[in-house]
Amino acid sequence: MKDAPLSDADIQAYVDGALPAQRQAEVAAYLAGHPEAADAVRCYRAQNEALRALFDPVLEEKIPERLLQAARAPAGEHPSAARPRGFLPRWSSYRMAAGLLIAVLSGSAGWLANGQWHAARALAVRQVPVQFAHQAAIAHVVYSPDVVRPVEIGAEQEEQLVTWLSDRLNARVRPPRLGALGFELIGGRLLPGTAGPVAQFMYHDGRGQRLTLYVSGEQGRNAETAFRFAQEGPVNVFYWIDRNFGYAISAGIDKAELARVATSVHEQLAHKP
Amino acid sequence: MNAGTTTDDEARMLASIPRLRRYARALAGNAVAADDLVQDTLARAWPRLSSCRGNGELLPWLFTIMHNLHADQVRRPRLLTVPIEEEAAAVPVRPRQHDNLELRDLEAALLKLPEDYRKVLLLVALENMPYAQAAEVLGWPAGTVMSRLSRARARLRVLLSEESPPVLKVAT
Repeated sequence: MKDAPLSDADIQAYVDGALPAQRQAEVAAYLAGHPEAADAVRCYRAQNEALRALFDPVLEEKIPERLLQAARAPAGEHPSAARPRGFLPRWSSYRMAAGLLIAVLSGSAGWLANGQWHAARALAVRQVPVQFAHQAAIAHVVYSPDVVRPVEIGAEQEEQLVTWLSDRLNARVRPPRLGALGFELIGGRLLPGTAGPVAQFMYHDGRGQRLTLYVSGEQGRNAETAFRFAQEGPVNVFYWIDRNFGYAISAGIDKAELARVATSVHEQLAHKP
Repeated sequence: MNAGTTTDDEARMLASIPRLRRYARALAGNAVAADDLVQDTLARAWPRLSSCRGNGELLPWLFTIMHNLHADQVRRPRLLTVPIEEEAAAVPVRPRQHDNLELRDLEAALLKLPEDYRKVLLLVALENMPYAQAAEVLGWPAGTVMSRLSRARARLRVLLSEESPPVLKVAT
């Protein structure tokens, strides 16, 4: 049966060593007399090997913490498990930032699939502020892990920063002092909002924990809201709207600590002329 | 449901990560997107894990979930935003020993394959999965697995021969 025609499936199975021994031998005999088919088989086997050579190293790579976390049972599966705390260190890579951003934009699974997210979303009634908190959280996760350039203008040039951002937002924007709460200004940057420029100020504490204040001047006329709280994955956000301005404070710190910061920011802004 | 405890499940999920990552890297072609895909896969798997318990292997089931997620993402192109420093930072950690031209060509060619071809080729060639199991993971009849596998290999062969153009000859 040396010259029995081969099916394509025979060739594939031969390449993958998936044929019974006898059939394997028959195919080998056929290939001996058909150099073109034999070439294809050699090539396909080389493909198999090359694919493994190319991707096998991934097996040895250090598994990112966020994936280890994802392999653990979510809170609902662990009735007694405490909620994970101190998220931010796990987040200090650009990958995580990109990950949350993608998850938020696509509205897909990820952290956002968990019940907490839906609960947080249900808490925030109005669409615009929710969107605003989203944007603030996204900006936080994008920029706060940045080691090289977390801000555009650093705190050492605060006057320049204030002038520039005030100019672009067309309103006096000055970063509040949070030293009493242990947070020092790193600097700030200008970002695009949904309808115009937005300012982001970044702070850090002695442990390297970063916090961002997001200020947007596009929140409608004289709207005012109470403090609202949202949770975007591991990032907690307090936000409110006050006289056309939306403010959002984001950090991977617990809600109580973040609330103290939000209160302080709110007070300082309220006492501004 | 006492077919498996949470701890067992966690161990199994954890053990599946390296292969999920390898597969996702080949499927998505980008390390960040691949790990996002793995993370989303694990997140989506947890609430449905009971449907997999006692019902075969975990990994093929996770591949199916990953395919669905990936298909969703491909259908709805995302604004993929990676800070520029990420690209810069990724360069030095690239495994150098595989950084030869041929393998990089393979990576590029692989991404040019139609999605279905790539999936079946990776399950068989990279995952060493029996055809019947690949058919189950992909939800295709056995014949479709074989014909797409065959086309994937032939197409990849053509792409790779295109990927390495002959050395430019300088006119004298």
